[in-house]
Amino acid sequence: MDRETLAARLREVLPPEDVVDDEEALRPYAGDALTAYRQQPRVVVLPRSIEQVQQVMALCSAEGVPVVARGAGTGLSGGALPHEAGVLLVLARMNRILELDPVGRIARLEPGVRNLAISEAAAPHGLYYAPDPSSQIACSIGGNVAENSGGVHCLKYGLTVHNLLGVKLVTVDGELLELGGAALDSPGLDLLALVTGSEGLLGVVVEVTVRLLPVAASVQVLLAAFDSVAAAGDAVSAVISRGILPAGMEMMDRLAIEAAEDFVGAGYPRDAAAILLCELDGEPEEVAAQVERVTEILRAAGAGDIRAASDPAERARLWAGRKAAFPAVGRIAPDYYCMDGTIPRRHLAEVLTGIGRLSEEFDLAVANVFHAGDGNLHPLILYDANQPGQLQRAEDFGARILELCVAVGGTITGEHGVGIEKIDQMCVQFTALELERFHGLKAAFDPAGLLNPGKAVPTLARCAELGGMHVHGGRLPHPELERF
Amino acid sequence: MAAAAAQRPLCIRGGATRQMLMASTDEAVEVLEVGGHRGIVAFEPSELVVSVRAGTLLSDLEAVVAAAGQMLPFDPPRFGPASTIGGVVASGLAGPARPWQGAVRDAVLGITLLDGRGGIGRFGGQVMKNVAGYDVSRLNVGAMGSLGVLLDVSLRLLPRPATTVTQVLELGLGQAFERMARLGRRPLPITAMAWESGRLRVRLAGSEAGVAAAVKAVGGETAADADQDWNRLRDRQLPLFQGDGPLWRLSLPATAPQPDLSANWLLDWGGAQRWCCTDAAPERVFQAASALGGHAMRLTPTVERAPLPPAQLRLQQRIKAVFDPEGLFNPGVLYPGQY
Repeated sequence: MDRETLAARLREVLPPEDVVDDEEALRPYAGDALTAYRQQPRVVVLPRSIEQVQQVMALCSAEGVPVVARGAGTGLSGGALPHEAGVLLVLARMNRILELDPVGRIARLEPGVRNLAISEAAAPHGLYYAPDPSSQIACSIGGNVAENSGGVHCLKYGLTVHNLLGVKLVTVDGELLELGGAALDSPGLDLLALVTGSEGLLGVVVEVTVRLLPVAASVQVLLAAFDSVAAAGDAVSAVISRGILPAGMEMMDRLAIEAAEDFVGAGYPRDAAAILLCELDGEPEEVAAQVERVTEILRAAGAGDIRAASDPAERARLWAGRKAAFPAVGRIAPDYYCMDGTIPRRHLAEVLTGIGRLSEEFDLAVANVFHAGDGNLHPLILYDANQPGQLQRAEDFGARILELCVAVGGTITGEHGVGIEKIDQMCVQFTALELERFHGLKAAFDPAGLLNPGKAVPTLARCAELGGMHVHGGRLPHPELERF
Repeated sequence: MAAAAAQRPLCIRGGATRQMLMASTDEAVEVLEVGGHRGIVAFEPSELVVSVRAGTLLSDLEAVVAAAGQMLPFDPPRFGPASTIGGVVASGLAGPARPWQGAVRDAVLGITLLDGRGGIGRFGGQVMKNVAGYDVSRLNVGAMGSLGVLLDVSLRLLPRPATTVTQVLELGLGQAFERMARLGRRPLPITAMAWESGRLRVRLAGSEAGVAAAVKAVGGETAADADQDWNRLRDRQLPLFQGDGPLWRLSLPATAPQPDLSANWLLDWGGAQRWCCTDAAPERVFQAASALGGHAMRLTPTVERAPLPPAQLRLQQRIKAVFDPEGLFNPGVLYPGQY
């Protein structure tokens, strides 16, 4: 359907100003935070109610128009990249907190509510919403559900799926489904779990119910410096094996440390090969006991300098370097490409060594920042998009890193999603049979394939073109990756 | 596979301890014994992850992880020594710690599934953070084997707490609700809250110092032999579960008022799981639970599940068909006559 006709039809169900079809006004919607990919949608709509979303979906469904849902557009995998012939359904205006029940410790939210706004609203009651992706200032809860977003505290408090009680979902043909609710489970198959992290391919999330947690009475952060990345990795394992579950456990390598120091001056030791930030929270007595034990364990694992921050200002300073790591790296190279593989932590040293070799092979530097507690790596590949061939080289390098993660039993994406970015690596992680089941599930919700087409799950033809299907880690091709 | 070829419906059976929940309505089904597929595939204590064949005895798995100072977070009920981890995952039942340590599905990281099309697929993985592909592993938790046979499962573990103490408070039901809500808003190391017959029990677990401080905050008397009481609640061995009357489970928002049903109540999960025996008509109990934002299920004399809204039922049937189009596995176990 051409732009003019489509916009006119949409203006029959939405106020005219909530339908955007002007070339200039469409431009800001051409992509998300994966800036290498841009595509202008045919029309943007900005609904304000569930009924309006239902009407838009019913119309698009009847006319066979593709629909891509978008929250704040902060996604890192191109999941909200518009479809050239489709409607971009922007949910940012549905941003009211519908209910915040401090006694029941739940919040009911429209999908456009910002992640941080939930914790801000809950703070006067001594409560907060646990998942805290680094974009939490801007990202929306609807997007968090679509991506099953994580953050730095997943090790102890889980991802979005662990903190979600229910969603209302508008189906492709405009029907409203309630999955879960305020109770802890629901009858039949667990569709709430299935929909979480489905990247907008199964339905449009129009309302979200989350659980809130009491803010910990005491929080302490330890900074430990190591003279090798392997020693820091072993220290993480030692802490966890000894029965301690830190709220967060983050690692940075030398290049990331130097970049962060130059940028924010967090006071990290520049001579360290790696630093570990370990956050402990709970009742004051519990935390005090844990700080003592963790300090001992880190020391035994070879930590040089160990610093503790107990007051909020000092804690904020130690976290500042980690939180600014991405922009800090952005200052030392014209462009960087952020990867998101997760590995079983015992393979950390092996994978980092492998990444180091690939860095030489592709002649591109890489800074490593990661959620060490749960093995979620964020290698940042430095490149210059203005140098011919460098973007392609960075992408090839990234693909090899993800294959390495799969080969040791990990996954291509821990929290950023597949989107358009990692769609080819899905062929490495899953067999044809598994991909077929994914397509079957998609068809159970969306037989015509109108919701976010071309994302998250590759067609079998696409995988075949890439050189045939691979099987899983352990049993599998890439023998060259096993050498590390 | 032979069954798939012969198109004969199968009832999947591990230790046969959850038969009351997994009984198929179709008398003609043959039993598929899967309990022989057992053994730990991989256990790395430093990863807090175990991968295990589904026929492994729950008791064997728990012994292995306990030796490393770890435990399954979801505190699964034991209905007999033959319980297998596959049955635990397929039924998705969690014990008193569920609101604080998570449901079975929260701990499931990955599965290998033999489905009704005769295909074997691996979904999820062995790592905590993994968002590649649809979450087929969690979809299978509580699916009662209706999508296929679980072959392997990978589970997240938790460190065992250094110490566990239970405080008992003499409180009526109304006061108990108030107290549970108040305690729930504080960052205390609570791992269970249950009420029955005028007694609220609060379980605290963590380091010696942390638990000692929390005991003061909670008040009441420290219970002796508390483990035994919690186990009887978890394993449904208390008198309420053993009685004659129709036994109901209501899953409600923890702070929802009590449904208007004359019954003896037992509250678990801090009020989010409520048990009662009532002669009220099933439609009335379903309606009462649904009006409060939850759902109900009758367990005796026969299992009766809350009806699904038509749109949801159709969707669930389509999902069943993705994995098991001929309805070979556990037909009628979830919704008799429907899938």
